Amino acid sequence: MSIKSLDELMNIRKKHEENVSLRDNDNTSQTKLLVGMATCGIASGARETLNELLKEIKAQGLENVKVVQVGCLGYCHSEPTVEVNIPGQDAILYGPVTVDRVKELVERHIINHEIIEELVINQNFDRA
Amino acid sequence: MSIYRLNIMVCGGTGCMASDSQGIVDNFKDILKEKGYDQEVQVLKTGCFGFCEQGPIIKIHPDNVFYVKVTPEDVEEIVDEHIIKGRRVERLLYEDPDLKEKINEQSDMSFYKPQLRIALRNCGLINPEDIFEYIAYRGYEALGTVLKNQSPEDVINTMIQSNLRGRGGGGFPTGLKWKFANKAPGDEKYIICNADEGDPGAFMDRSILEGDPHSVLEAMAIAGYAIGAETGLIYIRAEYPLAIKRLEIAIDQAKEQGLLGKNIFGSDFNFNIKLKYGAGAFVCGEETALIASTEGLRGEPRNKPPFPATSGFKGKPTNVNNVETLANVAPIILNGPEWFNKIGTEKSNGTKVFALAGAINNVGLVEVPMGTTLREIVYDIGGGIRGGKAFKAVQTGGPSGGVITTKDLDTPIDYDSLQAIGSMMGSGGMIVMDEDTCMVSIAKFYLDFTQEESCGKCTPCRIGTKRIFEYLEKLTEGKATMDDLHNLKELCESVKDTALCGLGQTAPNPVLSTMEYYWDEYVAHVNGHCPTKECKALLSYTIDAEKCIGCTACVKKCPVDCISGERKEPHVIDEAVCIKCGACYDVCPVDAVIKP
Repeated sequence: MSIKSLDELMNIRKKHEENVSLRDNDNTSQTKLLVGMATCGIASGARETLNELLKEIKAQGLENVKVVQVGCLGYCHSEPTVEVNIPGQDAILYGPVTVDRVKELVERHIINHEIIEELVINQNFDRA
Repeated sequence: MSIYRLNIMVCGGTGCMASDSQGIVDNFKDILKEKGYDQEVQVLKTGCFGFCEQGPIIKIHPDNVFYVKVTPEDVEEIVDEHIIKGRRVERLLYEDPDLKEKINEQSDMSFYKPQLRIALRNCGLINPEDIFEYIAYRGYEALGTVLKNQSPEDVINTMIQSNLRGRGGGGFPTGLKWKFANKAPGDEKYIICNADEGDPGAFMDRSILEGDPHSVLEAMAIAGYAIGAETGLIYIRAEYPLAIKRLEIAIDQAKEQGLLGKNIFGSDFNFNIKLKYGAGAFVCGEETALIASTEGLRGEPRNKPPFPATSGFKGKPTNVNNVETLANVAPIILNGPEWFNKIGTEKSNGTKVFALAGAINNVGLVEVPMGTTLREIVYDIGGGIRGGKAFKAVQTGGPSGGVITTKDLDTPIDYDSLQAIGSMMGSGGMIVMDEDTCMVSIAKFYLDFTQEESCGKCTPCRIGTKRIFEYLEKLTEGKATMDDLHNLKELCESVKDTALCGLGQTAPNPVLSTMEYYWDEYVAHVNGHCPTKECKALLSYTIDAEKCIGCTACVKKCPVDCISGERKEPHVIDEAVCIKCGACYDVCPVDAVIKP
């Protein structure tokens, strides 16, 4: 196998950029999804939610969206919780975001910037 | 394929590897597997993060958390807390020594804030043993672009406009060097990468080769295209086994992908790279000696001209560039020379990597824009002098350079300003010295190095450096006279003027520069006194006659029987016999022995 043109190199790069995208840090342009991963979160399925988020983001081909695990946010009654941080917009905290709601969250909020009212925990939550 | 949610980057540079970072990697892999997280978390060995003082270092993405001084035993806690529960392991975070606060993110650390990483751009970011990670960060795009759209002249013009100057020490414009080699007549030409990093305390080239070997390979291919060479040689010291291993892997992978070999990117351009091991002689960093050694001859320099650009390896036109210089090439091609011109000072564009060592808090590798002051490097990045002591001087340029003193702390550092104050950029070793450092001893240390490394071809260097060393030895033993001091100075000047190559011509620099700034210290040594008390031979223990009770405890302890006196009478030490062991000082019940 050998790379025979600049275009071929670019295609190979595209394929491998995904593998390193976790390492890009740019707080001004990246959308960040914070998943509460304390004991309460894990018990309610936060780990599955987090992995499903990653899968969905990849399936939708979204770039510049970062999923970060965090500790307990204090809303143990509504775990798993996901905080959506889109630059320039208020942070929105959702819960409980079970695996079956992930696709909806990604499509409605991340792609269409629509707030899913019935899933919001506290809309006045200031950005961390 | 699984989707990773976390990347754990473990430093795989020589420094951290020596503190068992391999054990950290192994433990991570085992524990993650055991707990069922190996499909979600990827563990990678990467290049040097530069903050060697705090090693071994690991960085976790996307959280951007930086853990320091990690041991293999800490891994279980990191997995349980950070990986599983999203809680940071506070005790392993870096604590800012001034603020006494734990710092989460690398970008907030004072060590990294003033830095701008071009040559080190991928160190700590990619797995150097995987060509695809390099490609993901625009690797080989510069080579592809050049081969597709640019003529060799275009490439040379870009390099000339960029003002990139040789990072190995001399600071010769890289573009011009390429132009000379391009213009030189000859059907066979060579590119040589000088990876014979020989300055004591310098390790920037090693770190680049260990952390980002492809950046050097790509630049060599670009240089080969620019001058019309099909063969590249990397002259690397055999003492760098890890760099050699990573280079070998990189060359194999590049060949496999067709990025080295025949018809690269479908063009007519062929290029191959071979490694050549050096035995670690300092003089082989000088390009003519390096070429001789590459040919299998004795590593001895020769007169220039002819310059290697017209007659180098096997008598063919040869272009020699240093590792760090080459690491700057691809970014210049990709971002354009104007981008590079905006960084640094007017006559020195771009950045420089420095290896900080000596009496400084943050020992490590830093890359800053040219024109950064020494104060910023020592105090902001370096975290100041170890143990809260006072700054005395910095030695730049290794055995070929000189000292920079407090007075020049605010000089913006570039090629010309360093030369103006009697030092030189050199390869970028920066040895920081505190108030307890004896300048005569420092000069002696460097001359001991150069007189041993002198290849012996020319008389001024072979005999001159030896005689200079002997004068310095005499000084540190308190046996020198003022005449010796003046002769020493004269000898230094004549070695500087008459030696054949750069090694000999610059060898007296540490003496001349310390003499200029610390003449008093030299005179004090003539008077039998070492102001910093570093020269052991000049110390003398005495007994305070008023305090001495004549108990004879010291007499019984003294291993050389140099203390005499009647019982219950004050005792005296015979300085001529005393070996300065300090046993009398330790044993005296009334503190009558005065320590120098």
